[in-house]
Amino acid sequence: MSWETVIGLEIHAQLATKSKIFSGASTAYGAEPNTQACAVDLALPGVLPVLNKKTVEMAIAFGLSVGAELPKKSVFARKNYFYPDSPKGYQISQFELPVVSKGAIDIQVNGEAKRIGITRAHLEEDAGKSLHEDFHGMTGIDLNRSGTPLLEIVSEPDMRSAEEAIAYAKAIHELVQFIGICDGNMQEGSFRVDVNISIRKPGEPFGTRTELKNINSFRFIEKAIAYELDRHIDILESGGKIVQETRLYDADRDETRSMRAKEEANDYRYFPDPDLLPVIITEADIEAVRQTLPELPAQLRARFVEQYGLSDYDAHQLTASRATAAYYEVMVKQGADAKLCANWMTGDLSKALNRDNLSIADSPVKAEALSGLVKRIMDNTISGKIAKQVFDAMWQGEGSADEIIEKHGLKQITDSGAIEKIVDDVLAANAGQVEAYKNGQEKLFGFFVGQVMKLSKGQANPAQVNELLKAKLS
Amino acid sequence: MHNLSIKELSALLQSKKISSVELTRYFLDRIQKLDAELNSFVTITPELALQMAEVADAKLAAGNAHPLTGIPMAHKDIFCTDGVKTSCGSKMLDNFIAPYDAHVVTQLKALDMPILGKTNMDEFAMGSSTESSYYGATKNPWDLKAVPGGSSGGSAAAVAAGLVPFASGTDTGGSIRQPASFCGISGIKPTYGAISRFGMISYASSFDQGGPMARSAEDNAWLLNAMVDFDERDSTSLKMDKVDYTASLNDAIKGLRIGVPAEYFGEGLDPEVAKVIKQAIAELEKQGAELVEVHLPNQHLAVSAYYVLAPAEASSNLSRFDGVRYGYRCENPQDLNDLYTRSRAEGFGAEVKRRIMVGAYALSAGYYDAYYLKAQKVRRLVRDDFTKAFESCDVILGPVAPTPAFNLGEKTDDPVSMYLADLYTIPVNLAGLPAMSVPAGFVNERPVGLHLVGPYFSEAKILNVAHQYQQVTDWHKQTPEWIEGGRQA
Amino acid sequence: MSLQVSEVKKIAQLAAIAVEPAEFEVVGKKLSNILDVFAQLEKADTSGIEPMAHPLDQTQRLRDDLVTEDNQREKFQVIAPSTEAGLYLVPQVIE
Repeated sequence: MSWETVIGLEIHAQLATKSKIFSGASTAYGAEPNTQACAVDLALPGVLPVLNKKTVEMAIAFGLSVGAELPKKSVFARKNYFYPDSPKGYQISQFELPVVSKGAIDIQVNGEAKRIGITRAHLEEDAGKSLHEDFHGMTGIDLNRSGTPLLEIVSEPDMRSAEEAIAYAKAIHELVQFIGICDGNMQEGSFRVDVNISIRKPGEPFGTRTELKNINSFRFIEKAIAYELDRHIDILESGGKIVQETRLYDADRDETRSMRAKEEANDYRYFPDPDLLPVIITEADIEAVRQTLPELPAQLRARFVEQYGLSDYDAHQLTASRATAAYYEVMVKQGADAKLCANWMTGDLSKALNRDNLSIADSPVKAEALSGLVKRIMDNTISGKIAKQVFDAMWQGEGSADEIIEKHGLKQITDSGAIEKIVDDVLAANAGQVEAYKNGQEKLFGFFVGQVMKLSKGQANPAQVNELLKAKLS
Repeated sequence: MHNLSIKELSALLQSKKISSVELTRYFLDRIQKLDAELNSFVTITPELALQMAEVADAKLAAGNAHPLTGIPMAHKDIFCTDGVKTSCGSKMLDNFIAPYDAHVVTQLKALDMPILGKTNMDEFAMGSSTESSYYGATKNPWDLKAVPGGSSGGSAAAVAAGLVPFASGTDTGGSIRQPASFCGISGIKPTYGAISRFGMISYASSFDQGGPMARSAEDNAWLLNAMVDFDERDSTSLKMDKVDYTASLNDAIKGLRIGVPAEYFGEGLDPEVAKVIKQAIAELEKQGAELVEVHLPNQHLAVSAYYVLAPAEASSNLSRFDGVRYGYRCENPQDLNDLYTRSRAEGFGAEVKRRIMVGAYALSAGYYDAYYLKAQKVRRLVRDDFTKAFESCDVILGPVAPTPAFNLGEKTDDPVSMYLADLYTIPVNLAGLPAMSVPAGFVNERPVGLHLVGPYFSEAKILNVAHQYQQVTDWHKQTPEWIEGGRQA
Repeated sequence: MSLQVSEVKKIAQLAAIAVEPAEFEVVGKKLSNILDVFAQLEKADTSGIEPMAHPLDQTQRLRDDLVTEDNQREKFQVIAPSTEAGLYLVPQVIE
């Protein structure tokens, strides 16, 4: 009988607040070392924490988004351990009474839907950073990140493959950005994933698990799980035992290795933080947050399919972020065709954004403008081909679609007299080819079309060109 | 001059019979002359004091000064004071120049009360004798062989010796009231949360409470007016209606119901101390107060609960002293663990290390429920006892400590006996109630304090009772003879 | 009660306080004396009693999400034992 993989994830999402969870220092990324570490963040003697309201609202927003229970009372506790990036000698976290209790999120793997349980989500503070460049054999400590708010989202051990784990991580990653509580930037460490993994024979109790830390991309989650899975199987099949431990994923070597050093003093002595009081969340607090919540990705996707007749694939693409969905709906509301809008967004717009490394919010072509272009295709003012040219000009800031069409004279020629004249010119100039065509070389038809389009600078209505050519050559 | 009340000093300043600079110089001179013997100050800040006094004089001259403006004071060395060494009585912070002001410091600076210096204390406020200070013990001005009590022993001794009219203190398990009792001064610990803890170096966060230490109840009322304040930087700071604590000082106490718990006069109480306390209670009866018998049946559990909970909180609060960002760092650390363990072993004194270790133990896996959680439940029992008792009385009176000041060195080898002597003060901190010590007499020529405990937010009532007591007694006006003459003992 | 040397070692490690091997017994004895004071708690009947973490039944106040602190690195690092390039230095951390 084969092994069954059992995976649970702990995700740390940095909350997108302006100030820290317990102090008024800025959370902006990338500042000079220790310039955003205030007295509270440095744990100077005598300083005290005061909780940032926004972090509680964000936790509630997350809870509502995963249908979680939101207990009336939650409590901050101290997790005690010594480490240079933890200036107080303890981390303020939540232990017995987290702010968000049981919830769930749906994922899709290979077309199959699956619901993944969320055990809890709790608020805590991030640690500082150790810089391991050599300072005469010393390590440098930067406490700018110390005190940045985190929401730790703990899943049930409901995943059975790396694919499911990644689908779940991506669903959470998408959700936290969608509801605006996390920027999702994995490179900057705003979204970090720890993997708990074990294997068992189906039907048997859970095996001993190991925890994989320090994974900063979805690709590495897959690789780390694959490596660890093989390691577990090797150990168990050779009669060994799995040691419950934390392991570090080393992307350079593509392997996991034990972090025993950190495990030694594993008695965290959690107790309620006496500097903080119980946090009480009322129905009114929850309702206030509910009012601010956007339509969630799953709901939005279903609506797009239903309302705009989009394919699942397009609906998925167009709901990748709140800004993308909003862009799409603005375009459609301007009166542009829903399917054409979807094609333009997933096609040329997406390509241009990727090429210039821009987010949709920073797109030089706004939704209203792109909608204007699509409408000119719809009313036959320009062809799809010309539209690409117009789009490039719009991207360069040359103006609206109409202005560009006007300025460059790109209007489609639909006057049949004008087109007929061009067709006649082309046929007269290529008497040899006409002869050959009439003798059965029918593939020359394309050549004539090309010549007409060339002469008309691409502006002749293709359907009319085809029609006229056919008539004249028959 | 040094025996004048805050009210009298204020009148002199406001009427310009004396300047703040003169007053400040006067007290600085006394410190210079007398403190070599007492060791009540860790740091003296003459420049800062005189600079502040000049500002105070300017405001007094302009005629719009606060009644406390210009009156010199001192801070217990637990309050962070910007630009001034704030040691908390520890080698760990011997090199720590605080880069910010505690809220209490900010409040009193705003009134231009010249800061004469920082007073000695038990290391990190852990002790009842001020002997655990890195800077050596403070002596009791009434008897140089005796301890001044602790942990705010420096503040108590300085006020008792007339080195300063008022000093701040903190009270986690009795650290204002017991030294006030031992040194024959008046000191009040308000309701937990009444005075901001911001910038007050934490010992046990859910117990720590600052308060004034001065000669009389009236002085304390004036100071409480300036120190009680809501502070948004302290999550446990209370938003309370503004009270003028001096307004009700002169109310008659006829009909006052005084609770006298049998548990306060049981085993372990020095019979001579009991006599002093009973006389004090009789004095109030004469003014029309009625005695009510109350019971505090879980009182005997309070010390055990406190010595689990306070060290547990302390073990975590003091983890920040790790030799990385400030404070003491050991020489040539071999590795990270060596840096931590040696800096802390060398920087902390014996009692602090004991409490950190006891606290770590009480929170550790397998003991949390039996010790920490159990102690928290006992804490509620102790609080509920008081709630019940206050249904039938207005204040509870009793002794502050079972004995007058003990001798220096007498208990240093036996920490447990020192803990057990806190049996009357500790229950009040478990419950977070306001309480006060006022001088009530002498035993063996050492002062004895009367303990007044009230329900939450009853500071005005406590001060009223104490003030009325001080209208018919003069224990709070007595001063040590050798100091009066200014001679060395 | 009496703490074993192994327990004293563990406590010292949790507390991050160096204890010389020669001191283990003395330290253990003093700690044991204190733990004896705790023993009294066992006798208390606390069935049905909620643990009490704070003296007053207050709840947490929340702060608006505003940046209120300026950079004070220079002032804060003057009092630091060892810094370089704005960083606090510690002996090499091995992960």
